[in-house]
Amino acid sequence: MGNWVVNHWFSVLILVIWFGLNVFLFVQAFLQYETDDKYYYTREILGSALAWARASARCLNYNSMLILVPVCRNLLSFVRGTCSFCSRTLRKPLDHNLTFHKLVAYMICLLTAVHIIAHLFNFERYSRSRRATDGSLASVLSNLSHHGKEGDAWLNPIHSPDTTLLYVTFTSIAGLTGVIITIALILMVTSAVEFIRKHYFEVFWYTHHLFIIYIIGLVIHGVGGIVRGQTKKSMEESHPHECAESFEKWDDPDHHCRHPQFEGHFPQSWEWILAPCILYAFERILRFYRSRQKVVITKVIMHPSKVLELQMKKRGFSMEVGQYVFVNCPSISFLEWHPFTLTSAPEEDFFSIHVRVAGDWTEKLIKAFEQQKLPLPRIEVDGPFGTVSEDVFQYEVAMLIGAGIGVTPFASILKSIWYKFQRADHKLKTQKIYFYWICRETGAFAWFNDLLNSLEKEMEELGKVGFLNYRLFLTGWDSNIVGHAAINFDKATDILTGLKQKTSFGRPMWDNEFSTIATAHPNSLLWPGKAVEDGPSAWAPAPMWETQKKLLAPGFGSAQLRPLQPSGE
Amino acid sequence: MGQIEWAMWANEQALASGLILVAGGIVATAGRFTQWYFGTYAIAAGVLVCLLEYPRGSRAKGSTLERCGQRYLTAVLKLLGPLSRNYYFRAALHLALSVPAGFLLATILGTVCLVIASIIYLLAAVRGEQWTPIEPRPKERPQVGGTIKQPPSNPPPRPPVEARKKPGEEDATPAGGPPGGPRVNPIPVTDEVV
Repeated sequence: MGNWVVNHWFSVLILVIWFGLNVFLFVQAFLQYETDDKYYYTREILGSALAWARASARCLNYNSMLILVPVCRNLLSFVRGTCSFCSRTLRKPLDHNLTFHKLVAYMICLLTAVHIIAHLFNFERYSRSRRATDGSLASVLSNLSHHGKEGDAWLNPIHSPDTTLLYVTFTSIAGLTGVIITIALILMVTSAVEFIRKHYFEVFWYTHHLFIIYIIGLVIHGVGGIVRGQTKKSMEESHPHECAESFEKWDDPDHHCRHPQFEGHFPQSWEWILAPCILYAFERILRFYRSRQKVVITKVIMHPSKVLELQMKKRGFSMEVGQYVFVNCPSISFLEWHPFTLTSAPEEDFFSIHVRVAGDWTEKLIKAFEQQKLPLPRIEVDGPFGTVSEDVFQYEVAMLIGAGIGVTPFASILKSIWYKFQRADHKLKTQKIYFYWICRETGAFAWFNDLLNSLEKEMEELGKVGFLNYRLFLTGWDSNIVGHAAINFDKATDILTGLKQKTSFGRPMWDNEFSTIATAHPNSLLWPGKAVEDGPSAWAPAPMWETQKKLLAPGFGSAQLRPLQPSGE
Repeated sequence: MGQIEWAMWANEQALASGLILVAGGIVATAGRFTQWYFGTYAIAAGVLVCLLEYPRGSRAKGSTLERCGQRYLTAVLKLLGPLSRNYYFRAALHLALSVPAGFLLATILGTVCLVIASIIYLLAAVRGEQWTPIEPRPKERPQVGGTIKQPPSNPPPRPPVEARKKPGEEDATPAGGPPGGPRVNPIPVTDEVV
């Protein structure tokens, strides 16, 4: 629990502030429309539904302002880089930008529901009071003229008793834009559920551009001034507290009260969302500009199991370990950008990505390069993004745990450690690395195998055999594989991977692993990094962190563990 | 774009539309709006749509994540046969269900969403997609005793090859697998344990 607080306090603080502001804005607007005398007569017809609608509208403006900011990835990278003097914990929430985006989106959906339901009641009540013939204040107010010489007299937007609500909705700016932007919102949400996003990414990506309609519609939504309050002049002449009760006598020229005059207010949404829209427009322009920069493909390597490695160069590109880039291939799809973890080390003079078939776009990319037709397809790169995993170099003992596709950042980290080691970089404090690689089957990661293989050989040549200790765990095994392994027990290299280290089957027993390492390094600081595969995981991280708590308790030596996660997509 | 199964998105959209219809219907009925009986209809139609759309169909390639507890509704849908499999039928059904709800403001949003779902289902049907239920994976039982068929036919201790060859069977295979069944050892075996 203590560890969780240390790592997450800032994210929790941000969420509390965000939610607190939501509550504050909601309550403030609610009280304004519920108690302000300006809306006395409006409330006479509409009741509390007015306040609910306006309060949710204000929160909708606030959240619509926020929703564009987390997707400005270049802006976030800029903030991350500029604030490098801030501690890691303060910059970590920048990596969870998409989670925040989704949270704000859920809040928008909830507030939209509240807003629509409140306005349904509002329209119904306007309609009823327009048709009412009981001579009540509500019906008098509703009958205030739309066309008289006092042009601003009207309160009820429904002009005549025969107008249906559907007609009013679709002929008023607010109604029509409201329906359109709600449909856009619903389509965006249904195409953005994880199932669709994961398997049919293009549906999500292209449909999500409906946000443009949402933003434009939101700005136009309030133009009609359909929510009306009494004008200041009218309040000075005939304040509702004095005049409301004598509403039958308003027509009487001798009475001191006149008909109240009403006005709508200017649309406010644009004030909230103008700045984020400009930021986002700037972000898209920047992405476009960066994509125009030339990317030179220096090497194309096809690994087994249809894994494509692209080694590239770009002017002015500099990366750190654990970062990722977004890649676009115009010949496949003009608008789609897909993230890939960088697998090269910063010390190398190129940067590389490994692409595995995971859907339409990746399949087309691999096919395009397989055909070996010149000229090579053009590639555009945006990035790098993501928090750097540079902490790993400052600990004597590093425990790296990668599951499935999460192993890719470790390619970069391991290579970088190797380069630093070779150059005797004194900033590298690492003496020993324990690398745990857990995956269903090694087929798709044969390229990583080769990397481990070459690192193994180089360790031997330098005489530093104990530097890199890795354990490979295959969770998708069957009795055939185990049988083979048992038979080939004596062989020096593993039959599956060709590595010196034998493959284990099933999930690691973390208790054993942690206690072994803790016993072997009683006074060292350990850096455990964990990069987990997206989706249903092949292993459960929860038991591992439970064991961590035990290790911190007395009896396990004084090994300190700080659970950090190298972030990357 | 070739691999997009439009029916999957149509399913999400239709499920959302069902929920929106129910919500709009509840508002109209509870608030006793004008013509609120359309609201009651919307609740019923929304529930029907939700029940029909809740079981997710299986993807053409790869595994599909089930919705929680959809097994029971999948069983019901399988009974409907072509009515649940065919997406033309679903498109028409959703279009038909959405029309009455279009008369009331509270439920018009549900109508429009359901019409959109219907259009996407039509697109899916034109492309030849079909609803296939997600079958539960048969539990793999360990094959205990599956390989034990007959007792071994040539158990040790075995005499050398020459002794195993019976006279008159010169052209028999030298590896000498004598026929199965209990056999008498040609060389007497004594138990030498003291």
